[in-house]
Amino acid sequence: MKEKIKIASGQGFWGDLIDAPYHQVTKGDIDYLVMDYLAEVTMSILQKQKNKNPELGYAKDIPELMRRILPIITSKNIKVITNGGGVNPVACAKAVMKVAKELDIKNLKIGVVLGDDIKDQIDELVKNGAPLNNMETDEPICTVSDKILSANVYFGAFPIVEALQKGADIIITGRTTDTGLTLAPMIYEFGWRNTDYNLLSAGTVAGHILECGAQSSGGNFLGDWQAIPNMAEIGFPIAEAYPNGDVIITKHQNTGGRVSFETVAEQLLYEIGDPKSYITPDCVADFTSIKLEDLGNDRVKMYDVKGFSETKFYKVSCSYSDGFSAVSTLTYSWPQALTKARVADEILRKRLANLLLQFDEIRTEFVGYNSTHGPLAKELNENDINEIMLRVAVRSHDYKSVERFGKEIAPLILTGPPAVTGFAGGRPKPSEVVAYWPALISKKLVNPIIEIMEL
Amino acid sequence: MKIRLLDIAHGRSGDKGDAANVGIIAYDDRGYNIIKKELTAENVKKYFEGICLGKVERFELPNLRALNFLLHNTLGGGGTVSLKHDAQGKTLAAALLKMEIEIQEI
Repeated sequence: MKEKIKIASGQGFWGDLIDAPYHQVTKGDIDYLVMDYLAEVTMSILQKQKNKNPELGYAKDIPELMRRILPIITSKNIKVITNGGGVNPVACAKAVMKVAKELDIKNLKIGVVLGDDIKDQIDELVKNGAPLNNMETDEPICTVSDKILSANVYFGAFPIVEALQKGADIIITGRTTDTGLTLAPMIYEFGWRNTDYNLLSAGTVAGHILECGAQSSGGNFLGDWQAIPNMAEIGFPIAEAYPNGDVIITKHQNTGGRVSFETVAEQLLYEIGDPKSYITPDCVADFTSIKLEDLGNDRVKMYDVKGFSETKFYKVSCSYSDGFSAVSTLTYSWPQALTKARVADEILRKRLANLLLQFDEIRTEFVGYNSTHGPLAKELNENDINEIMLRVAVRSHDYKSVERFGKEIAPLILTGPPAVTGFAGGRPKPSEVVAYWPALISKKLVNPIIEIMEL
Repeated sequence: MKIRLLDIAHGRSGDKGDAANVGIIAYDDRGYNIIKKELTAENVKKYFEGICLGKVERFELPNLRALNFLLHNTLGGGGTVSLKHDAQGKTLAAALLKMEIEIQEI
């Protein structure tokens, strides 16, 4: 057994710093590179791409990234784990294989984790006793089943562990939990059992710290953010994991950013609910048990993590089409910038009402005044305001209403308050609203499938 | 004397469906005692009047000197449906840290 392993975060979301994984494999020694590409909205976008072209539906950045890092990871023996396979992990793996062949890489094994995509099995699963009711509203899924764009089960770490046991160097999955990507190598390397709940929870917490990339190493830090060194070359977090469940969060030396008690604690509090019950497919971690010790020099030790047995269910995330929306902006300048923006909004709303358009919601915000803190914003002295951006957004199940809204913005320039600018982007086009349907499904009803491709 | 929460704590916020999560972390034990006393679920609900339209749940994480709040019915329908500029509630931790509270002189 290895004395310790180093797991490095390479992406916090699809769209994160392109060079981050390259820096993780070149600026120091690591054993694993883990990359989270999937947000809920990403799955529906990928499903649309796959509908148009059956060879697509995965994070297209991956083959290009692999072209840069394959020679490095094969020579340094770094394994890569990512959920960027999206709704088509096989096509993603094939694309990576193609790159590997072009680079003349030898003896490469890619593990693919499948089985999470249940979009075409929903009716059958419902028949077999999976209600798939909405977790928040308890509505039955038949109310949206004709509008479903994607439906995926969240798998945990164990399918990845199986791929590692089969010798995979690169593992590409569909919808795997962000935390499972980091936990899997610990289970595999240290021989943790599926009942070692405290250890599984420690690995899960480490995964939570890594899953948003540099958000735990000094990015988006609400403390003394101006004192964070060299954010331009921010180092992404690395989990140095030990067999007893201790984990040291750190980053490569000679990179920017900071790993401290405070930067790690902020990430631990991010997007959590009841901290005593952080539910994953692998375990239920107790975030109130986590102890942190700042060791200095960008090293924070996490220890004593406790947890409980996993639940009998997987979480399912379905996305479905739920109407259309559009957003538009105009910028008004001093004098009376805020008043002008308010009057323009009144004029716009009157015109929309006169046209008898149908909207589920019209929302107006004044960027520079209240678009972040809403009613908490204090009234400003107009003479001190240089400019205000009027932002109006609409949502409707009637496409034509949303389309017509887009045609009513530009006219405000010549038919409304003065000193207005900023309509260079053209008429806003209606975009499809994608809503989410969270549900639970018995673990007995779905099974992960592990395939190995070899070169 | 009056202080702003920002002087004694930091934090981070994000989305959980239509609920926002707001995590507030005190810099030291004294600060933790202050936020534990002042930031009741009731006070936070009142503070976010007009923003949080549902209930507020509060959870304690003493090891981290932190409190986590779940603000239900806050994000205009949640991530992708919401028309809000800040559809994911990313700026709500900063909003809460702007709160002024009365404390005893040190």
